[in-house]
Amino acid sequence: MGLFLLRRSFVMILTALCLTFVVFFLTNLYPNLEKLAKTQGDMRMSDEQVASWLNRNGYLQPLPVKYGQWLGVLPGFVFETPDGDISGRCIDPGMDPADAPNFCGLLQGDWGTSTVFRDDVSSIISTRLGLTGKLMFWVMVLMVPSALIIGVLAGMREGSRLDRSLSTFSIATTATPEYVSGVILITVFASSAFGLRWFKGTATSAAENANFENFFLPVLTIALYGMGYIARMTRASMTEVMTAQYIRTARLKGVSFPNIVMKHALRNALIAPFTVIMLQFPWLLNGVVIVETLFNYKGFGWTLVQAAGNNDIELLLACSVVAVFVVLVTQLISDIGYVFLNPRIRIA
Amino acid sequence: MEQLTWTGNLAFLNPIFLTASAVLVIAVAAQILLSLVPSSGTRTGPMTLAVTRGPADYAGLVVKWSFSFLVLVVLVYLIGGIAMPSLEAKGIVGGMSTRFLPIWIGMAIVFALSITFKRRLGLYGKLFDSPIGMIGFGIVLFWVFAAVFADLIITHDPLGQVSGMKNAVPGSPMPADYEGFAYYLLGGDNLARDVFSRMVMGARRVLVIAPAATLFAFMVGITLGLPAGYFGGKLDTFLSFLANLVLAFPVILLFYLLVTPEIRVTGIPIILAAVLFLFPIIFLTILFNSRYFTQPAKRNLYIGITLVFGLWAYSGLAFNMDPLGVWGMDANLLNVFVSVVFVNSPTVFRIVRGIVLDIRTRDYVAAGQTRGEGPWYIMLWEILPNARGPLIVDFCLRIGYTTILLGTLGFFGLGVSPESPDWGSTINDGRRLLSIYPHPALAPAVALMSLVLGLNLLADGLREESLRD
Repeated sequence: MGLFLLRRSFVMILTALCLTFVVFFLTNLYPNLEKLAKTQGDMRMSDEQVASWLNRNGYLQPLPVKYGQWLGVLPGFVFETPDGDISGRCIDPGMDPADAPNFCGLLQGDWGTSTVFRDDVSSIISTRLGLTGKLMFWVMVLMVPSALIIGVLAGMREGSRLDRSLSTFSIATTATPEYVSGVILITVFASSAFGLRWFKGTATSAAENANFENFFLPVLTIALYGMGYIARMTRASMTEVMTAQYIRTARLKGVSFPNIVMKHALRNALIAPFTVIMLQFPWLLNGVVIVETLFNYKGFGWTLVQAAGNNDIELLLACSVVAVFVVLVTQLISDIGYVFLNPRIRIA
Repeated sequence: MEQLTWTGNLAFLNPIFLTASAVLVIAVAAQILLSLVPSSGTRTGPMTLAVTRGPADYAGLVVKWSFSFLVLVVLVYLIGGIAMPSLEAKGIVGGMSTRFLPIWIGMAIVFALSITFKRRLGLYGKLFDSPIGMIGFGIVLFWVFAAVFADLIITHDPLGQVSGMKNAVPGSPMPADYEGFAYYLLGGDNLARDVFSRMVMGARRVLVIAPAATLFAFMVGITLGLPAGYFGGKLDTFLSFLANLVLAFPVILLFYLLVTPEIRVTGIPIILAAVLFLFPIIFLTILFNSRYFTQPAKRNLYIGITLVFGLWAYSGLAFNMDPLGVWGMDANLLNVFVSVVFVNSPTVFRIVRGIVLDIRTRDYVAAGQTRGEGPWYIMLWEILPNARGPLIVDFCLRIGYTTILLGTLGFFGLGVSPESPDWGSTINDGRRLLSIYPHPALAPAVALMSLVLGLNLLADGLREESLRD
């Protein structure tokens, strides 16, 4: 187990490095830098002005050097103007260049500065992640129990009418992406079209003060899309368990049907959905980006869209580090959890 | 001219329709609740057990009847709508139904032919034994014909703007001096374009890109997944690592990085296209080479045809340098296409690899190896045909997923021209005024949902029928 964890951690770090390098490479392509210079400086900068702006801010160094600086394994970029003004990556405005640290990267805990929000990346990311965390928590609270209940109910009597109607429902929800279900939900419950103004069409106010009225629609939109998938997995695993030998034995012993489901089948049927639920996190991340944009909820997904739309390199890198971290850690947890739940599997 | 009503002269059916829907909803809810109560058989004699109808069964009967009745009413709306003499009498539903006439005729022909000859059509024919699969196939077929006959169906130019029709509600009449179709059937969007025509034209765009992109992703996934699963070892480790790398990216981040005008300037989409579009040619070449290795004449003929056509299309699609100008893709479209293929192929790779790992251990593979068959022959002509079931099912599901991805791209305004009628960008345009004028976003949303739902149901039906034997 120890060796397995060690190897997985190594692969994780390698993956994270590769991914951030790819993001770094793509955001540092010259046309992207040009766009950045023009949005930061002046829209009508000439090519020479763009080049000098980029040079002054250290964007024209070779790619591996810049990446090393961002990671914090190479000394930070320093630029000296002909008249002796020193500016640099590690030198905050108003700081004496002599006091500035040599290295300032990820390893030193410095995530850089966002060019869009003009703020520290780490503080932006932490507040935004907090908001998204709130959203995700309620999504999980709504999604997981209902998906499991639907799956178990559908799977306990395969082929019954209940099974058919619930399965069709789960297929319908997986076929409805968030931007479609969001639009439909807003139309029905938050617009004048049907006259049901039960909820609000935006969740901006939910950032400070989340209540049922402004927060239920975004939560429901994300939950619906993931729900169908988990429910189908639960149903598949439940039907498999219900045909197992020991369930037949229990039936022949005369155990009542509710007891068979609750005491004999459920525990074994929930192993597979656990993995699926863990692997849903990266998927939910996608949903979060769409829903936060649709409902204008200023969380992590909204920040990612802003960062990507404005080529805010350091914020985008931080977003991708977080996203990749979430994906890889959930994969790891699902693998380990699977081993714990299923005694037939042992990792050498 | 007056505003069109939804159902025109058939409005007397509306109360019936609403009652039937209400009964259906209540019955479904009742059925779900009642089926939690176990229905028990009663013992009527020493050796017999009779099952009486419980309340759940009655609820089920009500569901069945009210559903059939509802379908009947909808059919009356649609067919009656076509039969009505004028647009005012047809209403919006009837008017749309009339415009869809080419689709109805096409669907009727396909269904009639398929059901007549279903015993001779293999897996496709078996689809018509499962109601779920048939419904799914029907929905997909509807949109396929909508894409094919889009030019006949649309009522207005999907890009044309008519002053005075901005955000017009469904069924609004055109201004008095306007020549042509007299109504905006589904209203106008915020640029005063016809929502109905844009929805139909959007189908054409989606149904061209999504299946093609999925096919390319399958070519890439199969060409790489077969050797990874069959040979294993370092090749497998490396390819799996690459696939996991792409899969670990949040899709939207990848789209934001790959589908921008700036990226197009750097030529990265062309490089990606150059790599990804090579795979179908490699796949077909290996396919024919391994099959006809012992018949050089035949082999050379097939490979020659593949190479000539393949490289011709390749030069046009990837580099836009087709000497004859037949093949070509707009830079925007190429960028979207390549990114969607790139995102999809690692998943296909993983599926193929998993199946091959399983099939590799079968006896017939060992038999083939003992006969001295080459590894590529075994992979392509022994393993792949036996993996076709899950692959076909996944292909249907994946077209749906690709449709969703294309919609996502449009939703974020990436890679498509702002004028384009595709569903994602129309939803994006419409969402700003959603709480006041929902109809411009609702029409493409429902269209997209129904297409993906149809593909999912179709896949489900195919899976059920292919598991049956």
